[in-house]
Amino acid sequence: MPKDHGIGASPKRREDLRFLTGAGNYTDDINLNGQAYVHFLRSDVAHGKINKVDTSDAEKMPGVLRIFTGADFEGVGGLPCGWQVTDRFGQPMQEPAHPVLAQGKVRHVGDPIAAVVAETPEQARDAAEAIVLDIEELPAVVDMKAALEDGAPKVHDDLTSNLCYDWGFVEENREAVDEAIKNAAHVTTLELVNNRLVANPMEPRVAIGDYNPATDESTLYTTSQNPHVIRLLMGAFVLGIPEHKLRVVAPDVGGGFGSKIFHYAEEAFCTFAAKQLKRPVKWTATRSEAFMTDAHGRDHVTKIELALDADHNFTAIRTETHANMGAYLSTFAPSVPTWLHGTLMAGNYRTPLIYVNVKAVFTNTVPVDAYRGAGRPEATFQLERVIDKAARELGVDPIELRRKNFITEFPYATPVAVEYDTGNYHATMDKLIEIADIAGFPARRAESEKRGKLRGLGINCYIEACGIAPSNLVGQLGARAGLYESATVRVNATGGIVVMTGSHSHGQGHETSFPQVIAEMIGIDESMVEIVHGDTANTPMGMGTYGSRSIAVGGSAMVRATEKIINKAKKIAAHLLEASEADIELKDGQFSVAGTDKSVAWGDVCLAAYVPHNYPLEDIEPGLEETAFYDPANFTYPSGAYACEVEVDPDTGKVTIESFAAADDFGNIINPMIVDGQVHGGIGQGIGQALLENCVYDENGQLLSASYMDYAMPRADDVPFYKVDHSCQTPCTHNPLGVKGCGEAGAIGSPPAVVNAVIDALQSGGYKVDHIDMPVSPARVWAAMHG
Amino acid sequence: MYNFEFVKPKTLEEAVAALSAEEAQVLGGGQTLIPTLKQRLAAPAKLVSLSGIEALQGVRADGGVLTVGAGTTHATVAAEAGAYPALAALAGNIADPAVRNRGTLGGSIANNDPAADYPAAVLASGATVVTIAREIAADDFFQGMFTTALNDGEIITAVKFPIPEAASYQKFEQPASRFALVGVFVAKYADGVRVAVTGASEDGVFRWSEAEAALAANFAPEALEGLAVPAEGMIADLHGSKAYRAHLVGVMTKRAVAAAG
Repeated sequence: MPKDHGIGASPKRREDLRFLTGAGNYTDDINLNGQAYVHFLRSDVAHGKINKVDTSDAEKMPGVLRIFTGADFEGVGGLPCGWQVTDRFGQPMQEPAHPVLAQGKVRHVGDPIAAVVAETPEQARDAAEAIVLDIEELPAVVDMKAALEDGAPKVHDDLTSNLCYDWGFVEENREAVDEAIKNAAHVTTLELVNNRLVANPMEPRVAIGDYNPATDESTLYTTSQNPHVIRLLMGAFVLGIPEHKLRVVAPDVGGGFGSKIFHYAEEAFCTFAAKQLKRPVKWTATRSEAFMTDAHGRDHVTKIELALDADHNFTAIRTETHANMGAYLSTFAPSVPTWLHGTLMAGNYRTPLIYVNVKAVFTNTVPVDAYRGAGRPEATFQLERVIDKAARELGVDPIELRRKNFITEFPYATPVAVEYDTGNYHATMDKLIEIADIAGFPARRAESEKRGKLRGLGINCYIEACGIAPSNLVGQLGARAGLYESATVRVNATGGIVVMTGSHSHGQGHETSFPQVIAEMIGIDESMVEIVHGDTANTPMGMGTYGSRSIAVGGSAMVRATEKIINKAKKIAAHLLEASEADIELKDGQFSVAGTDKSVAWGDVCLAAYVPHNYPLEDIEPGLEETAFYDPANFTYPSGAYACEVEVDPDTGKVTIESFAAADDFGNIINPMIVDGQVHGGIGQGIGQALLENCVYDENGQLLSASYMDYAMPRADDVPFYKVDHSCQTPCTHNPLGVKGCGEAGAIGSPPAVVNAVIDALQSGGYKVDHIDMPVSPARVWAAMHG
Repeated sequence: MYNFEFVKPKTLEEAVAALSAEEAQVLGGGQTLIPTLKQRLAAPAKLVSLSGIEALQGVRADGGVLTVGAGTTHATVAAEAGAYPALAALAGNIADPAVRNRGTLGGSIANNDPAADYPAAVLASGATVVTIAREIAADDFFQGMFTTALNDGEIITAVKFPIPEAASYQKFEQPASRFALVGVFVAKYADGVRVAVTGASEDGVFRWSEAEAALAANFAPEALEGLAVPAEGMIADLHGSKAYRAHLVGVMTKRAVAAAG
């Protein structure tokens, strides 16, 4: 019997009522008195020297309030980078300046050159067209390897080259890994591309700056996953506004997938301009602007080598990756190919020696940063593809090769610096074999072949590091921020509860799942709990939502604060019941004295806290409100096994996903329905990456896939009905809920399953194809078949 | 979008008069022009909408010919062109419901997008394009990508499709836009077979005459064995090479013949 209440129940998402009835409050829904509008004039060349920006005619256009250029931002800070990577020679990465508006040069198509603020959006756009630009186009660097050649044009003239860093991990293992590969019984090598993606949240970015001259306070309304982070970065590093004079509000946000973590120029511009003009200034991105200004994802080019001994035990892994940073360092960009990628290269397997080399490269393209999974999909894809290739080369079953090398004892310290606390990879594989009906595959293949189609089965495992992150550890790794989370639990006099959390919901359903935890702990109905998030004015300092961290870190902070509440409430109850505090038990919203029939209700205790007529004032303060900050002791390590079945049409190369099964271990689960939805969405994005999505620049740095006419998003008929199971649960050992996080798993675990399935299908038809880069489009499959 | 004057005449005569103004532009269903205006890639002074002209609406079959008013939406053709099932099926599979309820036959062929579906049907049917001034044979109407025989201000009023004995349109969709990467319309008449290909060529919609000859002798997929269009002149882009498109022309033609039965 499924629960209807508390942890493990699946109440419908309460926020959906407003989302589905058009009653959401998104940033673009906010309009302030006296609001002006900004239009950004953006570079249409990838690389160029700005000789002159002549705004004289444009300034005379109707409705124009002011036109800003890079010169207006001299003396203002640039957009900061939140992570410093140290290279394998012990030197800090090269870190270029990132001005709010371009100064001296433009470095990618979409780089903002000027900003026109006017009474209406149309007037701002008209005036922007009247700005006369004199830009000398320079040769662009787009290809990462070409960017590193001697004499390549430099994206940043003041850096020594286009190399951001050359990172080795674990550098001390380098020679031992080389030796192990040289002496291996078998080495499988694979070169691959992890395709560049555009996040494409349904809601494009929006920013509104506001300034109150009476109080000298600035407010930014923005589409952000982490308003406190934006307040800190923009206030301290860009505009010089102390936090007590700066409020950042991220109301309902229509999807982020990582792209709304970062601090963007438009946010700083609107806040800055509002203060200059003493008018609110609003910007709403067009979809075209989203394509050329939202941070892109992935874009790795990798060579991986897997060494095995004669018994097929993995003995070493060596990788070399070129990671595209784009033209500037976005907020967390340097961490993605390093600490979110190198640390995951052990996967689910016992491989004693691992060496990961990453060269991060500047190019004349949009900055690249975290996108759903962030580094972990890149690690998983290369590892699970090379294992599959090894199984084919050795003629062994890909499931058995994986099983032979599974980590089975926990905690397990990998050779890449992390310690998995718990997991059971055989269990998720067993479950996968059951729900995917692997045994029935040969019959399904035969049936497909009768219809002239090639059928393939692709299997893979994944592990990810979530619950980001222990602050002391990430500090050692170069993070310039802590990664704790916070919660204030405010109990009102009549027993209702408001939780103010630093986590931010932009689709995750926190307003539903967080109250389930409190309801379970106190034994009250979820409807008595409200979640407040997204506004620095009424939530404690928190780090926001990404890295599948909300329930594991934000939820843990909420648990800690609620524990404080319960402890205090027990003291009050003990006083009211004239009993010893040690004898007070809380169950189903009633405080009772153990072994007696004496009890007092939750609501009466709350009322006593705020009307303390009969109250132990000498021992405790009135009121019932507690705050907790939670800093995790370790990452969490969700894992799982995925299976994809495809059909390939040999006449056209078109791949269709016939079935997809996912067996995940997320530890304990608060709301199974929401977890299902997260996995569905993640797999959909993974299938999008594997089959459809590709962000492509031409050799001049022009973005070819700049709209939905050429950037293929997955649609409903591109994906199957998923078989999802998360009954294998090895609870996290170090957070109070035993949860691991589920937001990114689908996007991490699914691309290799799809590609493995396509390769299986083609080989079943006699085609000697051992790899196709993503997206595995019809044209690429056909070319591979006839290559 | 820049400012423009908007008129919605009730008759063709009023429309012709309105179009005589400087920088006036015909607006059909607006499925290409409106996005172009939004991108500020066109700046007509006056838009003359044809959607209020009753005479341009409707589908009727008579004497083996299906006549479709140029202002008829794809959704209406899908629902009402039962006398020519392959044409109705084509119309019902253009883009999505929103487009099908606004886009028109006249707008589609006047634009002559190289990846549009309708030009393939018009050309394969040997249809006649009727304008306010004349009647134009399909073979003369399409003159290369985004180019037609229409003169400035010449409004299409209807298209007359001879109804074939058998026909089918097979579209291989471009993964992002879902326009035709290659679309082939095959129509079999008493006096021969016509095969028109959209999506593939740098010259826009074209007839594949070798296939027509082979199918006239034997209307079966096997008749196409060994036939291929040259890759030269095909479109190459993110979604497919010239060789891939040339290959797909053969595949989709066979499928169209098989489906036409």
